Amino acid sequence: MKREDIIKPENKVYSRPRLLDKNIMHYCPGCSHGVVHKLVAEVIEELGLEDSAIGIAPVGCAVFAYNYIDCDWIEAAHGRAPALATAVNRLYPSKVVFTYQGDGDLAAIGSAETIHACTRGENIVIIMINNGIYGMTGGQMSPCTLEGAKTATTPYGRRADLNGFPLRVSNVVSLLDGTCYVTRQAVHTPAAVRKAKAALKKAFTNARDKKGTSFVEIVATCSSGWKMTPDKSNKWMAENMFAHYPLGDIKDTAIPAGTAQ
Amino acid sequence: MAKIHGAVTIEQERCKGCDLCVVACPCDVLALQPKEVNDRGYHFAYPQNAEACIGCAACALVCPDACIEVYKVVER
Repeated sequence: MKREDIIKPENKVYSRPRLLDKNIMHYCPGCSHGVVHKLVAEVIEELGLEDSAIGIAPVGCAVFAYNYIDCDWIEAAHGRAPALATAVNRLYPSKVVFTYQGDGDLAAIGSAETIHACTRGENIVIIMINNGIYGMTGGQMSPCTLEGAKTATTPYGRRADLNGFPLRVSNVVSLLDGTCYVTRQAVHTPAAVRKAKAALKKAFTNARDKKGTSFVEIVATCSSGWKMTPDKSNKWMAENMFAHYPLGDIKDTAIPAGTAQ
Repeated sequence: MAKIHGAVTIEQERCKGCDLCVVACPCDVLALQPKEVNDRGYHFAYPQNAEACIGCAACALVCPDACIEVYKVVER
């Protein structure tokens, strides 16, 4: 069969989501942000939320998220995205509000806002990209940096006695009564991308149905900050990050306690 | 037995040559251009072994810049 016979509109099985803008992303080659942006655009499109979704952009690498996904966006101060999402959600209860934050934004300066938004059970989606580093500012240590990991501010590796232990934010917020769905996913393989999309879809559905706060953590790579190729970063993440940040659903109130797999 | 024919198109100006699609492809269809670069200086991906494609969309799923479109025909 000739290539021209295969490449026809009726045979298309995968294409760029309609809500992803034509702008070329500013992210480094191989950055996980691009994949997650694509998944968010697909989920908003599939749930028909393009007129009602309002995103809250963080400070960090994803600060220009509003340039890439074609829905309404507000830029929050550093770490304050869940607080702003609370305001938007209370003023416009018919809208579906989501935040898109990195680990430095959410787990360090924004930890109080995150915990209190989750404990109030705001009907929002919090998407956390956990790559264990401050990517945009040049690779400093974040609260989620693994023990022993070398960064610009821990050049000999993170030490627990000096810098503390890596923070598992998903496990912390899963203990709060306001959260209805807490999950940790990754986007390093095609299978993981499909699972992450299903998790995001569930989170957006929960926000639409006013079930409480949904928290989706995506364990991600930062090939520039980690000083590795994108492929090597994915392998390093699977070997090292998943031991401390195991993937899977941590809490789902749709499943009665004690029966979860 | 049904035979599956697939094809991918890559927007070469959008590609950043991150190599993730090349690694994800189960049939070794894709490769990065060894010498040629796009306008922004990246060695973009191209279907080097196009006949082997089965249209599984693994490359498109992991592509961070969403520059891959996948087509598939099942011949019965």
